[in-house]
Amino acid sequence: MINLLLFPVLIPFLFAAVLLLFPKKVKAQRIVTMIGLLFALASSFVLLYKVKVDGVQALTLGSWAPPFGITMVSDMFSAMLVTSSLLIAFFVVWYSFSSIGEAREKAFYYPAILFMLTGVNGAFTTGDIFNMFVFFEVLLMSSYVLIVLGGEKVQLKESIKYIIVNIVSSSLFVITVGYLYSVVGTLNMADISVKLAEIGPSGIVTVIAVLFLIVFGIKGGIFPLFFWLPGSYAAPPIPVIALFGALLTKVGVYAIMRTYTLFFTTDVGYTHTLLMILSILTIVVGCIGALAYFDVKQIIIYNIVIAVGVILFGASVMNESGMMGSVFYLIHDILIKGALFLLIGIIIKITGTSDLRKMGGLMKRYPMLGWVYLVVAFGLAGIPPLSGFIGKLLIVQGGFEGDLLWQSIFILASSLIVLLSVIRIFIYAFWGEEKGEHLISDKKYRHLLAPAITLATITVLYGVGAEYLVPFMGDATNVLLDPSLYIDAVFEGVK
Amino acid sequence: MKTNDLIIQTTTKLVFFIIFLFSIHIFFAGHYTPGGGFVGGLVMSSGIVLLMLAFDLKTVQDMLPINYTLITAIGLLIALFTAAGSIFFNVPFFTHVYDYFNLPLLGETSIHTAMFFDTGVYLVVVGVTMNIIQMIGGDE
Amino acid sequence: MEILMSILIGFLFMAAVYLILSRSLLRIIIGTGLLSHGTHLLLLTMGGLGGKSAPVLADGITDYADPLPQALILTAIVISFGVTAFSLVLAYRAYKVVGTDNMDLMKGNEDND
Repeated sequence: MINLLLFPVLIPFLFAAVLLLFPKKVKAQRIVTMIGLLFALASSFVLLYKVKVDGVQALTLGSWAPPFGITMVSDMFSAMLVTSSLLIAFFVVWYSFSSIGEAREKAFYYPAILFMLTGVNGAFTTGDIFNMFVFFEVLLMSSYVLIVLGGEKVQLKESIKYIIVNIVSSSLFVITVGYLYSVVGTLNMADISVKLAEIGPSGIVTVIAVLFLIVFGIKGGIFPLFFWLPGSYAAPPIPVIALFGALLTKVGVYAIMRTYTLFFTTDVGYTHTLLMILSILTIVVGCIGALAYFDVKQIIIYNIVIAVGVILFGASVMNESGMMGSVFYLIHDILIKGALFLLIGIIIKITGTSDLRKMGGLMKRYPMLGWVYLVVAFGLAGIPPLSGFIGKLLIVQGGFEGDLLWQSIFILASSLIVLLSVIRIFIYAFWGEEKGEHLISDKKYRHLLAPAITLATITVLYGVGAEYLVPFMGDATNVLLDPSLYIDAVFEGVK
Repeated sequence: MKTNDLIIQTTTKLVFFIIFLFSIHIFFAGHYTPGGGFVGGLVMSSGIVLLMLAFDLKTVQDMLPINYTLITAIGLLIALFTAAGSIFFNVPFFTHVYDYFNLPLLGETSIHTAMFFDTGVYLVVVGVTMNIIQMIGGDE
Repeated sequence: MEILMSILIGFLFMAAVYLILSRSLLRIIIGTGLLSHGTHLLLLTMGGLGGKSAPVLADGITDYADPLPQALILTAIVISFGVTAFSLVLAYRAYKVVGTDNMDLMKGNEDND
């Protein structure tokens, strides 16, 4: 089965197309979506196993010889990301059943999610820089649909800004690819890596590196390009935010990590220092935002920004512990942001507001929600043995090894602020006197809580079972730090 | 609003079929010369738009009772399954095959899998374009 | 020729930026259209202009244009066609719901300012 690595991309696409055939039958839509996601998830686990046993998988579409056709590459890093994106989508869809409302379900909600997964998984899997642009567009188009679905006033206002920012950044992406093509004359990522290594350090390559940082930085939300993120992400309903927060920014982060380890390794002194400085500033801005708001959504959204900074800091030091920490933290953040959004979604559903000052005393009626939220919040802040700990530990260790003493201490300090910001939600929402009415029935509460708790359990297992994940993370790190593994897999059988 | 659009209506009745045939021609020309599913689909949908201009949205909907979302979905599935045929032969996805067949009327004809893929593209383009136009034009 | 193209592309980008920075939604969308036109021309120029004939396999043709940028532009055109169509629909809806196409009046949310 040489096409195995395409399955996590194709299966959501197939099921999305099938769903278009009967948009108004809500029950059937739900069932077919779940079946599709389960199939995709199963294929991604098989892929994970295959990559673990046989090493990096590569396939050039249309039976072309590698540098000419579009190559799809699945190394451990991308296979893990594909698996976690499908996992998160599964829980979000499950949660949507009792949360999103029938009007949206009839308006192509599930097909849009599946098309977005096609784009996300494609962007994780592709080994061709222009094809990455195409998959970015696929996921962006579906995200436009998702963000505007329902057509509320806020959504329309915010989605226009979101779309315009993304159109500009997509144009910039094409421009950058054009520059890169004029320098190396190829679009295959493995081939670009070889050609750029031959060219060596040069001014134009550094310019292209910075342009790529801008392009993916807009998608990923790094400082100073995150400006569109808090507004746009707050507009759509919770399941959509969970999906966006967990996946979309991570695609940008993945693209930065991929290009900065595979392509731009010749002028590390400039490009990676720039990346490091920007990631620190991203953390600063994220911390300020996370503390400044009383809006639950905004607090978690700014926590996305912080996480992006932490991951990119680990990637910028370019040593084994830092990189492994980044990979650990990236997957952790996908899972934990999903869980957090689902949990605060329940809080918002119960109280009918996202303003912390208007809620309180939920602990009495909803103790389970409170404790699960607390565990996930501790996981986010990185309290051992929960999932954020191991990633942050390795990132900081990498920082120390790379002689970045103050920056590493700063990352540690930022954990405290993360903890403070999420505990504030706990204190305001769960402690104190009961305020306002409780707007949902017990049955609906249980239906919403089930996916959130399952996802929270997975994040806990991810932290506790980190020991068993180390070989997988090690494989991912090896490919990132040693591009020759990636290149050899692509050109296997040609040379 | 009542307008005198006799000329455009009469012309459209004739021209629509020419446009339709031309779009089919462009579609089949696409393999060796300029053309293809995307352009063909656009020409076809511009023909339908001409119909909509000459008559109104509702009349056209009665003339061509087509659910364009369905067309899009079918197009996507055709394109996907054509490309996915390669999975069953365990060759890379999108691998292209062709052969020569002796068809009645047409004689010796080369048939490519790319043509089936392009059929899907044609349908998707018609479906999506008409969907968008109906969405904008629909609520006046 | 490349210089001329660069000037043209620069001009397109300039016009696009001017339009995108304006207040009216429709102008912004036209601006994004111009931006993608400029981008496509840039892609063409980056592939190197020149080559006397089309990149079609035939006897006796040695000097042909680089086919790859053309394929890329075709893809990019299709994508920008889709995005522009979508944003036009969205702009229309937003105009209907919000009641204005002035971006200045679209700032801020009722419950969150």
